[in-house]
Order: sequence, then structure tokens, then C-alpha cells
Amino acid sequence: MINKTIKLSKKLNSCRDAFGKALIEAGEKDQNVVVLTADLEESTRVHYFKNRFPERFFDVGVSEQALAAIASGLANYGKTPVITSFATFSPGRNWEQIRTTICINKVPVKIVSTHAGINVGEDGATHQALEDIALMRVLPNMVVISPSDAEETRKAICAALKTKTPVYIRLPRYETKMYTTPRTPFEIGKAVCLWQGKDPKVAIMAAGPSAVKALKAAQTLSKNGIESLVLNNHTIKPIDQEAIVNAAKLTGCVVTIEDHQIKGGFGSAVAETLSELFPVPIEFIGINDSFGESGKPKELLTKFGLTAENIVEKALKAIKRKMI
Amino acid sequence: MISKAGSGHPAGSLGMVEVFVTLYFDILNHDPKNPDWPMRDRLILSNGHICPVLYACLAHSGYFSPKQLSSLRKFGSPLQGHPERTKLSGVEITSGPLGSGLAQAAGIALAAKMDGMRFRVFAITSDGEHNEGSHWEAIMFASKYRLTNLTQIIDRNKIQLSGNTEDIMPIEPFVEKYKSFNWHVIEINGHDFDEIKDAISQARNEYQAPTAIIANTIPGKGVSFMENRYEWHGKAPNKIETKKALKELVSHDK
Ligand SMILES: Cc1ncc(C[n+]2csc(CCOP(=O)(O)OP(=O)(O)O)c2C)c(N)n1
Ligand SMILES: [Mg+2]
Repeated sequence: MINKTIKLSKKLNSCRDAFGKALIEAGEKDQNVVVLTADLEESTRVHYFKNRFPERFFDVGVSEQALAAIASGLANYGKTPVITSFATFSPGRNWEQIRTTICINKVPVKIVSTHAGINVGEDGATHQALEDIALMRVLPNMVVISPSDAEETRKAICAALKTKTPVYIRLPRYETKMYTTPRTPFEIGKAVCLWQGKDPKVAIMAAGPSAVKALKAAQTLSKNGIESLVLNNHTIKPIDQEAIVNAAKLTGCVVTIEDHQIKGGFGSAVAETLSELFPVPIEFIGINDSFGESGKPKELLTKFGLTAENIVEKALKAIKRKMI
Repeated sequence: MISKAGSGHPAGSLGMVEVFVTLYFDILNHDPKNPDWPMRDRLILSNGHICPVLYACLAHSGYFSPKQLSSLRKFGSPLQGHPERTKLSGVEITSGPLGSGLAQAAGIALAAKMDGMRFRVFAITSDGEHNEGSHWEAIMFASKYRLTNLTQIIDRNKIQLSGNTEDIMPIEPFVEKYKSFNWHVIEINGHDFDEIKDAISQARNEYQAPTAIIANTIPGKGVSFMENRYEWHGKAPNKIETKKALKELVSHDK
């Protein structure tokens, strides 16, 4: 798909809000959907669901380990539970409960966590989940999704609720630019090609809201006579091997970007795929083996290189590495 | 501080002012010029979101300049949104994620006992974090090993993030719970300096069990529109609200 006309919304949209509203949509369609949180009703936007369906909403208090295991019990019986917290606490604190009671049990609990990434801002390192993709993608039976904007969040929730497996969805705290529309296709496990110039020299692969930055970088590169290909990898597990390998074959080098640790994250999943199937040079953008800190989201995203400018720089570097 | 930061947690911070002031200026055996002094009493803040009150006490004790207080939560500041041990002198542990502070305090108290060190360990915790199972694991550990050098001071302000504690996750009967876990329990008015001091000296003289001081407090104390309202758990006041709050707080001082 060649697409040079993607429109970025001027307005910022909240993935968290889109999630909260999608839950109401889901709750109306399916009586089985129950929602639980661990004392984070408004921050994770499940208060919308609570107001609409109070009899199907449960606050377990500040106890993320019980949150996961209680949801496992509900799913074991036949309910479709959605559990929410901040990503540092779920799946951070309750990882073993997720592993045993949800994944080994293979019950369809949907884990939706907000405040994933350095974009959390002022709360600082303790509240910025930079490891959750690694924690979740290592678990058998788990599906891992990182939506790239508010509309895609809505689609991801609806799709996740239709599956019979555990699903983890990570959402940012800050508001993001919207670029998909209700008509943009979404299928779990299928990467979306957002941009493909003529004879592209580099593939930019993004997970989460960084996709918008990848698009901006592609525009800059194109203005400078370098065409690229941009993939939105909203599903990190199962990773879309076919799309990744095809992009690598077409371009010969790759840049990955994610608001997460480089080690064990989305970029690692791309590297695992390509080193096995079609090795090419890869440049990784993400947090490089450090914790976050307090600051405005923009200041932090800049410090840690999660910018369109850095993508351009890394793209040029990747292209250079092809020649060696 | 919180107003300038644009985010943060005013209710719990204001409610614990008297407890922190008593500890830092009357009780703790510490040396701000020598923060790593091995014999210092340890103040372990578990509910790290109320760090504004910790930072204010650290600054006014001399750990750093009070001028720095306005850099709370800002890019590059050592005053992180939640306290970090490696970034600011005087901060004993990194906290924010709830339910892990008492266990760390118990670990320090145990090590002190092993080595015959005579300093005391004070763990500040909150009612909301009693929802965490790990907190109760630490409670059992501390009584098993009779950590009498450990004193826990609990901010019983009856609110947590999403509502009142008894609506989100009821913890009453609270005193009885601690008693049945073999702790020495004292219930006080957390705004009364004499009661705070008296309870801490009772804890010092207890040789059978760790002590839990349940400090009944008013969240948002001193600011009429914040008092007892969970909505102020984690919200910064705007400019007008800040003016009003500061005016009220100053007038109490007189
Ligand atoms: C493990 C963990 N889960 C969730 C949170 C989010 N959180 C921050 S404060 C808070 C409420 C805790 O209640 P309490 O400490 O009594 O709050 P306060 O009285 O200060 O309003 C929650 C759920 C957290 N910090 N840590
Ligand atoms: Mg409280």
C-alpha cells in the first residue's frame, strides 16, 4: 500500500479515553464482560464503565496480585474479565499471577494497562513502565498489543474481547495525535504499512504512538530524496513475520522505535525475526538500559531520543551500514 | 511546591505534616551534613507519593537548600515525583509503588539487630497500602522476629486514590487486626505533637513486639476545601486554589 496522504489530526486524543468508551460499547454488546481495577478507577478510565454497569464493575483495592488471580477465577467460570492498572503494577507487580493463573491456565483475561512508557512524565521512574512488553511477550499464550492512537485503541479492545486467549494491551498516559480512521483496517497479528515510497531504502517499524513520529520521519527523509517504508506493528506478539521480512527484503535495513526498553522489547522481537529469516542491519530506538525520571513528557521523549529527528538520524545510519 | 509542579499529591502530604515535623525536628537522631552516618535513625517512607512533606523536612533540616523545593517533579531535579534513594541525600529508599516500604524497613531493622546497632527504624505507611498483600507479609515477618527497633506510623486518613478507604477496601477493625498479628498498637491524633511524641517514646520502651502507631489524620489538613476529600489525593491546586490554600495555612500559623 502506498500512502502519502495520511492526515494527522490537529487535536490530541487520549487512548485512555478511547479505551474507557470502548468498554461501554463492549459491555452493551456482551453481558459477560466484567471490569476490574486496583484503586485506579479514573486514571485508567474504567469509571465510565462503572457508571454505566455498576453491577459488572469491581474495585479490588490496591492489590494487583489479587486483581490478576480474581480475574482468572472469573474467566475460569466463563466471564470475560478486563483488568486495569498502571503498567508498572500490572503486569509489573503481578507477573507471576499472570503467568500461572492466566497464561498456564489459558483463560481469556484481558489485561489493559495505562501509563506505559517514559511519556508518563512527572511521576518519575517508579511509575514509568519500560519493561512491560518484555514481561508479557515472553509468556506463552499471551497476545501483546500496543495501539498507536485512540481509534486503534478502540479497535484493539473490541478485537481482544473477541479472542479466547489472554491479551495484554499497553496504553500511554499522554495524549497522542490521531491518524487512523474507523475505516483503517485492524487485525490482531497483522502489521499495517503506513507509507511506502518508490524504491524505499529503509524500513521504519514502530510500536505504539511512535508510529506518528515514524510517519513524520518518512516525510522528512522523502523531502531529502530518501524514500522509506513505515510499518505500524500494533501487535508485538504474535509478531507479523511476513510483513517484517518483506519490508527487510525490500529495503535492506531497519529502524525500530518504541517507548520501552530496547532490551527485550519490540525491537528485540523484530531482531529475533530477522536474524533468523533475513538478517539486515537494524538500528534500535527506545530506552537504552536506564530508568526514566521526572519531567514533562516532551522533555523526556527528547532526552531519550523518541523523536522524528532521531528516527531520521538512525535511518541514515542504517542505510550507511548496508554499504559496509 | 505541588502547585508549581502542576501535579502531585496534596491531601496525604498535608495530613502528615505534624508527624514528619515531630520526627525530623524532635525525634530522629540524624546528621544532615553526614547523611550516610551508620548510626543514624532511619526514616523509611513507604507511601512515596506524599514526598512533598518529606522533601520539605529534609530541606529545612539542612540536607539541601529549601530553594530547591520549587523544582519538585521538574526535568533534571533531584526531587523526583516519587522519592529516589540514588538522587537525593536523606532519602533512604525509593518508593511510590505501595506495599514495599514496611518490608524494607523490617530488613534494615533485622540487620541492625543482627549487628547490635542501636538506631531505630521508623516506617511511614498509609491506610490505602494495607490493601497490598505484601504489606501484611511484612507485618507477620516483623512480629515473628520481634523487631522492637521498628516503629510503623500509619497515616490513617480514611482516603485512598479512588474513594474513601471503607468504600474501596474496608480495613476496619484496624486496631484489632494489628493486635491479632501480635503488634503493639497505639492509636493517636496525628495532628497533636504531644500525642505523637508520647507514642514514639512508648514504642521505644516496648520490648516484646514491633509498634504500630495508628495516626488518625485529616487529609488536606489546614485547607478547608481539601480536608477529608479523596478528590485531592493526587491533584495539584490551580493558581486561585493555591492562593486560598496558602492564606488559610498561614492564618493557622498565627
Ligand atoms: C502498587 C501500587 N499500586 C497502585 C498505586 C497507585 N496509587 C498511588 S496512591 C494510591 C492510593 C493509596 O492510598 P493512600 O496511600 O491511603 O492514599 P492517600 O491517603 O495519600 O490519599 C494508589 C492506588 C501505587 N502507587 N502502587
Ligand atoms: Mg490514605
